Formats: sequence, C-alpha cells, structure tokens
Amino acid sequence: MTQILADWLGFLPIEAVEAVASLLAILMLAVVVILCVAYTTWLERKVIGFMQLRQGPNRVGFRGLLQPFADVLKLLVKEIVIPGQANRWLFLTAPVLALVPALAAWAVIPAFPGFAVADLDAGLLYLLSMTSLGIYGIILAGWASNSKYALLGAMRSAAQMVAYEIAMGFALVGVLMASGSLNLGEIVARQSGGMSQWFIWPLAPLFLVYFISGVAETNRAPFDVAASGLFWLAAKTFVFLFVFLWLRATFPRYRYDQIMRLGWKVFIPVTLVWIGVEAVFSVLEIGPFA
Amino acid sequence: MAEFQSYTMNFGPQHPAAHGVLRLILEMDGEVVVRADPHVGLLHRATEKLAESKPYNQSIGYMDRLDYVSMMANEHGYVAAIEKLLGIQPPVRARYIRVMFDEITRILNHLLWLGCHGLDVGAMTIFLYCFRERENLMDCYEAVSGTRMHATYYRPGGVYRDLPEAMPRHLARPHRKGHRDAALDEGRDGSLLDFIEHFTQRFPARVDEYETLLTDNRIWKQRTVGIAVVPPERAINLGFTGPMLRGSGVEWDLRKKQPYAAYADVDFDIPVGVNGDCYDRYLVRVEELRQSNRIIGQCVGWLRANPGPVMLDDYKLAPPKRTEMKESMESLIHHFKLFTEGYCVPEGEAYAAVEHPKGEFGVYLVSDGANKPFRVKIRPPGFAHMAAMDEMVRGHMLADVVATIGTMDVVFGEIDR
Repeated sequence: MTQILADWLGFLPIEAVEAVASLLAILMLAVVVILCVAYTTWLERKVIGFMQLRQGPNRVGFRGLLQPFADVLKLLVKEIVIPGQANRWLFLTAPVLALVPALAAWAVIPAFPGFAVADLDAGLLYLLSMTSLGIYGIILAGWASNSKYALLGAMRSAAQMVAYEIAMGFALVGVLMASGSLNLGEIVARQSGGMSQWFIWPLAPLFLVYFISGVAETNRAPFDVAASGLFWLAAKTFVFLFVFLWLRATFPRYRYDQIMRLGWKVFIPVTLVWIGVEAVFSVLEIGPFA
Repeated sequence: MAEFQSYTMNFGPQHPAAHGVLRLILEMDGEVVVRADPHVGLLHRATEKLAESKPYNQSIGYMDRLDYVSMMANEHGYVAAIEKLLGIQPPVRARYIRVMFDEITRILNHLLWLGCHGLDVGAMTIFLYCFRERENLMDCYEAVSGTRMHATYYRPGGVYRDLPEAMPRHLARPHRKGHRDAALDEGRDGSLLDFIEHFTQRFPARVDEYETLLTDNRIWKQRTVGIAVVPPERAINLGFTGPMLRGSGVEWDLRKKQPYAAYADVDFDIPVGVNGDCYDRYLVRVEELRQSNRIIGQCVGWLRANPGPVMLDDYKLAPPKRTEMKESMESLIHHFKLFTEGYCVPEGEAYAAVEHPKGEFGVYLVSDGANKPFRVKIRPPGFAHMAAMDEMVRGHMLADVVATIGTMDVVFGEIDR
C-alpha cells in the first residue's frame, strides 16, 4: 500500500507517506471493527430474540439491519447528564479510557494473513496490557460519579475483571509456550495446516478457561484467529459468538462471591497446573512443544 | 485492624428487582446483609375504606386490583365472605367454574412468579416462555369476562355468566401472514372448554421445558439452594401460608383442610418441600403448576357433562334477564334496585378465606344490616411474608436479597392494599 501511495504522493518525503499509509490502515481497521461491533449487537438481539420467541429488531431497515445506527444516533443526540456531585473532567474521561484501549488492542490482531496495523514482536504482551487498561475506565467512571452505587458497581466489575484476567493471562502463557513466540502473526502461522494443528487440542483446558473467562469478562475476542481464509474465520467467529449468546440466554447469573470463587479457586489453579504439564511436555518434546 | 462500620443502602422503590414499589433499607457489612428493613405502603389505595363506602357488588372490581396477578382468586375470597353473611350457596356449576378459574389463576400467578424469579436471578429466557402460556390463559379470562385482567367475574350467588360456546379468534391483520393466524388460533375452533382442554393437554410438556432450563441447572441451584431457609416452626409462627409454608415442609392447604367451592370433589396432591429454602419453594410452585393443570382437566370434564344454572335464581341478588326486563315491570324494578342500591346483608360478621396462589387470602366482613359493609378487613398472604424479610435475608449476600424477593412472590397490590 505504501508503494501505491508513494506514486501518488511522490512530492512528499517518504516518512510522511508512511505516516499517511498507517493512518489509512488504522482508519480501515477501526471502521471494520466498529462495524463488526455494531452488527454484533444486532446479531445478539436477533439471536436472543429467536431463542426467546421474539422477533428482535425489525423496524429500522430490512430486518432491523439499520438498528445499530439508529441506536448510535439516538445515543449521540441524548442530553449529557453529569451528576451534580461528580468530578466533571474524570467523569467525561472515563468512557474514553474504556474505549480507546479496547480499540487500540486491535492494532496487533492479524486481520489478514501477514497484515496487522502494528506487527509487534511482543504482540501478545501488548494485547494483554491493552485489555487490562479498560479497568481504569470502569473504576474511574464509578469513582468520578461520586455515587456509592456506581462506585460499588465499578469495584465489583473491576475485581471480577482482574480475577479473570489473571486466568486469561495464564491461559495465554500456555499459547506462548506452545508457539514459542509473542508475535500474533507467528502464533497463527504455527497453527496453519488443518484443524489437527490448532492449539485448541493440546491446550484444551486452557481454551476452556479462556473461553469461560471471556464470557465472565464479556470480552468477545476469539481465542485465536484462523489463518485459512476469511470464510472460515467468519464461520468460526460466528460459532463462538453464537455460543456466547446462547449461554447468555440460557443461564442465570452467578452471585458475586461465586464468580470470584470460580475465578480464583478454579481457573487460576487449572491454568497453573496445565502450564506445568506443558513444561513437562516441552522437556519431553511431545506434540507441538517439540 | 480498623473496624468497619456497616453501610446503609437504599434498595428500591424504583429498583427493577424490587417487584413494584418495595423499598428496602439494607444495612450492609461489605456484601453481607446485616439488617433489612422493608418499607411498605407506597401502593396503598385504601381498598378497605373504599369497599366500606359502596354497595357490596361494586367492590368486586377492587379485589381484582389487590393482587393484580391473581385476580379471580381475590374475588373468590370477597364473594365467599358475602355469601357466608347472606347464608347462600352458589349453584354447583358455578362452584366448578370457580374452581376451574381459581386454578387458571394459580397457573397465571405461578407463571408470572417463575418468569420474574428467573429474571431476577438472571435467567432471561424463562420469562418469555412463561409469558407465552400466560397469554393463552389471559385469553380465557377475556373470553369469559371481557377483560384480560380485572375480570369482576365472580358474583355473590355464582358467576357473571356461563362459559361462552365459542372461543374468540384473532382478527386477520395486514402485517401478519396467514399461517401465523393459524398458529395463533390453535385450539380455538370450539368452545372455551375445548380451548382450556387443549391447553391442559399441552401444558405439562411446557412445564417440562421450564424445568429443563432451571431445575438441574448448576447456577440456578447455587443461587437458590440454602438461601433464605425458614424452618417449619418458624414458618408457622411467622404466619406463612401457601407455597411459602409448604416449601418449609408443612402440609397446609385450605383447599384440602377446609374445602370450599368444589375442591372436595376434585383429586389433587399438595406438594411440600423439605429444606424450606428458595429452591424447595421453587419446586413446590412448579409442582403446583402441574397439580392445577390436573384440577382444570377434571373441571373441564365435569362442566361438559353437567350444564345448569351458574347464578342463583334470586333477583334480589342477581340481575334479571334482559328479555324479562323489557316486559315485566317487576324485573325492571329489580334491575334498578340492584344496580343502584344493591342488596342489604343481615347484621353479623364473617371471615372467608381461600387458598390464593400466594397463600391464605381472607376477607373479614362486618355488616350492620345496610347495603354496604360496616367494615372490610383483607388478610393478604404477602404481608406476613414481607414481614419476615429481615429474618430471611440476614447474613446472606446482597444478590440473595433479590432471590428472596423473588421467592416470596411479592406483589404490592395485595401487601399495601
């Protein structure tokens, strides 16, 4: 892409051309991600509607396909209410702090084979740190509003996110050990060549932990991104998404202490044990750890 | 280490899990409830006082609005008290109709309870499943009384009119496709009784569906087993009735212990719990759904085989037929007197109670011989349950308060009156 731009913008220094190229890449990725998120909300409402004998959105556009845009428009034109006791500046910063890291995390995801906005060597670490930053947004929102209910809610969800992030982090350590790389592109490349090469099989316990932690955190990032063509990527993502929604429609909520118990007393030990098992495997050179 | 002070939280009256207008003042020690103080009365409408200010029959509609999810059961308690004062018995067909609609009402109530309880604990889908069946039963209400909720169908001396010969069907709507009409009108080809029978045949499978979602669900059990345990002696002392008492293992049901209407002639079982926790009360109510369905089935059979009058042939109490009214001066006078002055009830007092879906619903009437009651006292089952709130949630966590409100089957219409 830089080459094409360089032809058009030949009068500019090459650094400026590269900057424009990455801005364009970021813009493309951001638009795609935001569109995906918009249609995930639409899909969520449709799928849960189908499970609950309802129609889901069907008024705005064909089968409600324009509903996400109507919702965004409605939210944008709403009056901004800032509680009287709130710290105005922090209160307005909090949602930005929650959204920006979530979008920034996408920078390292290999959207197409060999393409990521930032092909970092330590992509996995970057992903982990970015997704953890979202907690600040939540804590700040609760704290800045100066309301005890909001603060309690924020504390709870932050505690929950921290608990599950540790388990998810450990699960990713397993992936790291299997692939021997922190670069997401390489992790994907290591799994190419049919389903038998997927890390899901040797890392099944970690995958389960990661998946359930994902549900608990309602982070909807799939575990790994398939390399074999967009259709399979889409199909696989859809299956995961569907299972997420299915779970949401079927199960009651855990109580707060039960969530914490599951996170700290079940998932973290399971991941730790499996990391140990993997270490033994790689010493004995079994499976993908050779 | 520093001492932590307990933290006061206000729960409701606008909280969606507060089931209407419950306001709870919670003293919290971290996530644990130290004390719960329910504040009631936000839906107080002075029903008793209103009923004392107008002729007997004109207050039946107020009874519907007490527990607004078990309308006819409230009416039953009120008309039974009037009938006791008057010393009359409705015709046997009316008694069977009352039993049938009491049980339809019980299913209506328990379905709403199940859906809302599930929703409180986070299971969304059960709510919509329950409302699907509720819709059919509301149509039965509508077919028989003209309204979906506040029926005013029971009258002292019987019921307003006999069951309709044809079940109303859906009108064709431009946006609805033909096959949807057919699906909506399933079972509506014949009379109301045919429709109810059709319902009783498919309902057990639907209850199985609800149970698949919840009964063996690990999360559901973790949220309800061992929560808000009430031992049997405590349940009796607290004045619990209905499923709240039976959930604690006390086999007490007015339909069996003091049979009224036609309950002595129908066959059914009383489910009881063992541990007295939220889960047992859930199991009891789900089994009551099945038992109510069984009673309805028996009533349908009897009502098919036994036509007859549904109202006493006494124009002091029941309005005369329209045709007679057009021709006979006496009938016209009866009609006029009944709908303006009402009827006078002999001096005395009476208490009548029915096994309402939530427990014992009792009406105590004092008459001074006039055309309106001197005093009406309503005994709502939910009030006694709400009074045990503090005891039930103390030492549990905040999220369990929501489960406890759900298990109490709180409806503020009856608690605040």
